[in-house]
Amino acid sequence: MKPAGFDLACPDTVAEALEVLTEHGGDARILAGGQSLAAMLNMRLATPKVLVDISGLGELSSIAEARGMIEVGAAVTQDQLLRWPGLPAQPLLAQVLPWVGHYQTRQRGTVCGSLAHGDPSSELPLALALLGGEVVLASRRGRRTVTAAAFQTGMMQTAMAEDEMIVAARFPVAGKGAASAFAEVGPRRGDFAIVAIAAVADDSGVTLGIGGVADTPAVRHLQWLNDEGLADALNAIAWDLRAGSDVHASAQYRRTLVRNLGAKVIREARDALSQG
Amino acid sequence: MRYLKADAGHPVSFTLNGRPVSGMAEPRTLLADFLRREIGQTGTHVGCEHGVCGACTVRIDGRATRSCLIYAVQAEGRSVETVEALAAGGELNDLQAAFRRHHALQCGFCTPGILMSLSQLIEEEPDAGEARVREVLTGHLCRCTGYHGIVAAALDVLAARKGNKDV
Repeated sequence: MKPAGFDLACPDTVAEALEVLTEHGGDARILAGGQSLAAMLNMRLATPKVLVDISGLGELSSIAEARGMIEVGAAVTQDQLLRWPGLPAQPLLAQVLPWVGHYQTRQRGTVCGSLAHGDPSSELPLALALLGGEVVLASRRGRRTVTAAAFQTGMMQTAMAEDEMIVAARFPVAGKGAASAFAEVGPRRGDFAIVAIAAVADDSGVTLGIGGVADTPAVRHLQWLNDEGLADALNAIAWDLRAGSDVHASAQYRRTLVRNLGAKVIREARDALSQG
Repeated sequence: MRYLKADAGHPVSFTLNGRPVSGMAEPRTLLADFLRREIGQTGTHVGCEHGVCGACTVRIDGRATRSCLIYAVQAEGRSVETVEALAAGGELNDLQAAFRRHHALQCGFCTPGILMSLSQLIEEEPDAGEARVREVLTGHLCRCTGYHGIVAAALDVLAARKGNKDV
């Protein structure tokens, strides 16, 4: 289908973008890469009156590491982050990014756009939640920093107000002596995952981030246990997340994936840890 | 700030396959529709219109992009390349010739998009192997070939361009 009509604002600065958002509120939407939003518009699942195109804003186009965080501007594409020379500072991002959409969509789709879209099965919200990252929001009223846990409030729902936009996301760099792993199962590589799980392990235990089951990415910390103990813990998590059935998968299949993918990423992260 | 009103035509100019083109587009006009209807270049195919099938993939400033997920007015001033660029002078290029040799197409609907993605891959990643080719192809749906011939054609061209093999 074709999108309904909309005005397209092409601000030259963030300040101008915020003016448009303030004026139009809920009738306006930020357009960055458009790899989720333009599809929703084509299907008329969204019919904003104004799109604010921030894809060309230089002040949102940088990636930088500072104070233990990798800060990614709102116009940075997933592909740009994947090719960023500093990425080894957070191996989980290097593991997750090749699974975000496809080669073709990553070249336009933005990191912050994925976070703003808030799909429960998408990889970047999962990574942000697991790593304990944060999102920087701006409006005419000022800027505020929101933790990943506070930012994503539900399925495709965030804590952003109607006059706010994401200007950057911050992913913590990997801690010393930490290792990570990621795995997902979907109908086709690049499609929405049915279940996606990431693990970050260190001497104290392993933290899992689980996407595709609950409305928002779930984060669970486990102490190191023997294999049987970990299997029991994964089984408890699988039930606790209250998986539902839909056209893609049954609740039972999702629980099976949580157990099996969970065991796989824990094993991989532990192996990486022991290889140091 | 450039502000384009809905339901009005706005002038759009960009470079298409090395030549300047221009036309009028509403903000909501998809680049794919602009290419086909306003410019009359129908090599780019429109399949699902929500970024899943990959048939409409073109290259914008060299990057493989869904032309159904970008508006024509966003192409202003850029360099757009479509399947029409490949057979310069009416001769199939090496990738197209390899597609024919390996039976990498049957109905041909998906082919223009796949050619544009693989063109970028082959240019930028001369060392790409089968796994990488298959990963790039996950962004395309082909319901005829089973992908086997497409993968073989891409690997053939990668090898040939490295000088390892005659095509």
